[in-house]
Amino acid sequence: MTTMKEQEKIQEQFKARMNEDDLLNCMRCGFCLPTCPTYIESGYKESHSPRGRIALMKAVVDGVIEPDEDFERSLELCLGCRACEPVCPSGVNYGHLLEDARDIINQNKKHSLPVRIVRKTVFQGLFPHPNRMRGTVGLLGFYQRSGIQTIARKIGFLGLLPESLATMEKVLPKVPTMKEMKNRPEYLPAIAEKVHRVAFFSGCLMDTMFLKTNDATMKLLQLAGCEVVIPQNQVCCGALHGHSGEKQTAKDLAKKNIIAFENLNVDYIITNAGGCGAFLIDYDHLLKDDPDWKDRAKDFKEKIKDISEVLVAVDFHQKVKLELPPQVITYQDSCHLRNVMKTASAPRVLLRAIEGAEYNEMKDADRCCGSAGIYNIVESEMSMVMLDYKMVQAKSSHATTIVTANPGCLLQMQLGIEREGLSSKMRGVHIVDLLIEAVKQA
Amino acid sequence: MLINEVKEKLIAIVTKANYDDSKTERLVYSYDATPNFQSMPDAVVSPRNTEEVSQILKVCNQYKVPIVPRGSGTNLCAGTCPTEGGIVMLFKHMNKILEIDEENLTVTVQPGVITLDMIHAVEEKGLFYPPDPSSMKISTIGGNINENSGGLRGLKYGVTRDYVIALEVVLPNGDIIRTGGKLAKDVAGYDLTRLFVGSEGTLVVITEATLKLIPMPETKKTMLALYQDLSAAAKSVSAIIANKIIPTTLEFLDQPTLQVVEDFAKIGLPTDVKAVLLIEQDGPPEVVERDLTRIADICKQEQAVSIQIAASEAEAEALRTARRTALSAIARLKPTTILEDATVPRSEIANMVKAINEITDKYQLTICTFGHAGDGNLHPTCATDARNHEEMERVEKAFAEIFEHAIALGGTITGEHGVGAMKAPYLEWKLKEEGIAAMKAIKHGFDPNNIMNPGKVFAKDSKKRVVVTK
Repeated sequence: MTTMKEQEKIQEQFKARMNEDDLLNCMRCGFCLPTCPTYIESGYKESHSPRGRIALMKAVVDGVIEPDEDFERSLELCLGCRACEPVCPSGVNYGHLLEDARDIINQNKKHSLPVRIVRKTVFQGLFPHPNRMRGTVGLLGFYQRSGIQTIARKIGFLGLLPESLATMEKVLPKVPTMKEMKNRPEYLPAIAEKVHRVAFFSGCLMDTMFLKTNDATMKLLQLAGCEVVIPQNQVCCGALHGHSGEKQTAKDLAKKNIIAFENLNVDYIITNAGGCGAFLIDYDHLLKDDPDWKDRAKDFKEKIKDISEVLVAVDFHQKVKLELPPQVITYQDSCHLRNVMKTASAPRVLLRAIEGAEYNEMKDADRCCGSAGIYNIVESEMSMVMLDYKMVQAKSSHATTIVTANPGCLLQMQLGIEREGLSSKMRGVHIVDLLIEAVKQA
Repeated sequence: MLINEVKEKLIAIVTKANYDDSKTERLVYSYDATPNFQSMPDAVVSPRNTEEVSQILKVCNQYKVPIVPRGSGTNLCAGTCPTEGGIVMLFKHMNKILEIDEENLTVTVQPGVITLDMIHAVEEKGLFYPPDPSSMKISTIGGNINENSGGLRGLKYGVTRDYVIALEVVLPNGDIIRTGGKLAKDVAGYDLTRLFVGSEGTLVVITEATLKLIPMPETKKTMLALYQDLSAAAKSVSAIIANKIIPTTLEFLDQPTLQVVEDFAKIGLPTDVKAVLLIEQDGPPEVVERDLTRIADICKQEQAVSIQIAASEAEAEALRTARRTALSAIARLKPTTILEDATVPRSEIANMVKAINEITDKYQLTICTFGHAGDGNLHPTCATDARNHEEMERVEKAFAEIFEHAIALGGTITGEHGVGAMKAPYLEWKLKEEGIAAMKAIKHGFDPNNIMNPGKVFAKDSKKRVVVTK
């Protein structure tokens, strides 16, 4: 519930902070409508479209409407997939508008006590601190290994959770041990002839729960002739914070990362998670009002590259033989990798290069799977509608392997496979894990 | 606000789920793609079938509540902006393709079908629906019919009007009537089908349409002709037609338009030339080949500096798609884009281009010009800023002069975008007082209570004509 007083404060802040040029730049042609998953799945409701949301933001700035609950609802239901941006001929920065609007609402609204506690714990207490991330993920590992998982499943405790969360519990990867998570490399030499010196952005969730994927990424880089530096003082990218209206924490994290990667003398900073990469590449916007950091953020941003782009650029797929047992592969775009980092063809080039496997593009591979950060937890219902659509397309592609390039998307695909009862026939896998498999096979 | 009685009656017809009068919902249906027009409706109603539309109209007619039928809100004449409040009627439930008749070559659709979805559906059967407005990926057939939309293929194939052969409509009194049929000929009474096409929602609500289809052309080819001189490009257009060649598409883009479109599309459009013609021909391969060669010769005679033929269909499609984004891409220059679609006889296109340039200079504006040159239909678009009132005044004056010039050349104030609220004040310039009176009589006959999209087409006050020396 937002009180009248909070609404007034939100309205004032909208007037003061929202970028009026960006709002005006939307000329309401509607080219974004057919690409917006929430517009389509809500039964073509304009209030759940980018054009509608921008009109609503502008109306709040202009004082035509108050930022009431319906208004908030419209913004909450947005996935933030940013599929509307590449198709916008006018070049409206929708993602930035959404981020600012959510930040204003969040900063001026008193959440209920339980929500406050959860937000504080997650956003400030957990993600910014690598050691605590390890501890928390370690607990999950304890849960999985100690037998509690088996017991919890048996007594039906999970039935108390929302359906998507209960299924999610099943598909979480086997978590590495605390020891494995603590002993991380700082430097790895190139295995092939050296062509680049790169830094690796290991990420918070990727370097704990998806540690194996990070290892595979670094291995591929080495095989591709990259010398890899992994600065130990790097922190969470801040995407989760930025997208959830915790902009200040996101800025603090950005600064720490810029420092960590600043003097490494590297050609690129490599990411393997579209969600992180897209946020890192936006640091210059995040810090645009900070004169001391603006230029440093720009230098940082220019080095950000997804692993697949670098591999294609150095002809990895032509130099290294890739082979897999017969299977049909399809690729689900990570929205942020595609729409913000503009990486769409490189992953496909790599996958098509794998001998023995057949690549089949699924229909609407560029439509969001509904994962969208924590969207599948907080907007579970809509998320599952998206996922159902995605699984229909995945099935008609006849794929047995669904490849993704972001941990959230990967979990969501695995969730989809589990929900469809297809776990014996279909698997979800991160692109680097599949590539490593193909290297070993060859 | 609607009185409670009306609200209750409407909910009784469509159920609560399809009636919304929250501020948020009203706000998002307060606009269309026309700049500087915004007005809140009192409610938004989504009927599920023709019977419900009929009942809604009876209620609205009884209580004199304005009603604005709305497709996807992509029109450019403020045709669906609810300037006098009332209810906005959506067709999101009435969006089915009812039948593709392969014996009579027709498709029957509900108004909410997305244009491109229908085009794809008929193409799967080897059939062709030519009208292709630039917004076809978003627009609905109902919207196209109400606006009589054109498109890139209009030169050879005509516009929406030329394909609508039967309609089911609801009159303001709630009567449901059917016009036309799956007929090649039909002279039984007045041609109401044609009257309702392009009536901008001011007469009836269209609830079903049968559209004529034609066989898919065998092949098509696309080329670009590049010019360093605007008038040379414009003269080529008239010369091609005068040489008795009717291409499918004959589009004009000037340098500022090319630059913004390339900035968005990044497909390697030439941005170092003053103008480009995008030309397309379809049909049997030998005809296409012959026509393109002749067109290329004509363009060269008219000082084209280079001719480029699209190497593949993908390349051709990229060019067409890029052209369709022209209007929105101009918003990259400045936040407000005001466009017009004055249309002149094809033979006058060079004079019109010249006039637009002189007017642009006179009022010191940034005007990008593109459009369906082959149809004599140009879209001079001013990139401006609604916050700059002084400049907005100059924009208005400039466009008034453009209209005046178009009419003086035997043209019209709008070729395909419609009158709506935006051009209503100028309609009299084209029709004269008597013409307006005749149209008003028709309007009054159908809609005596003026509930159907009021404030559109007919203005309360006409603009004073500017005096232009030719």
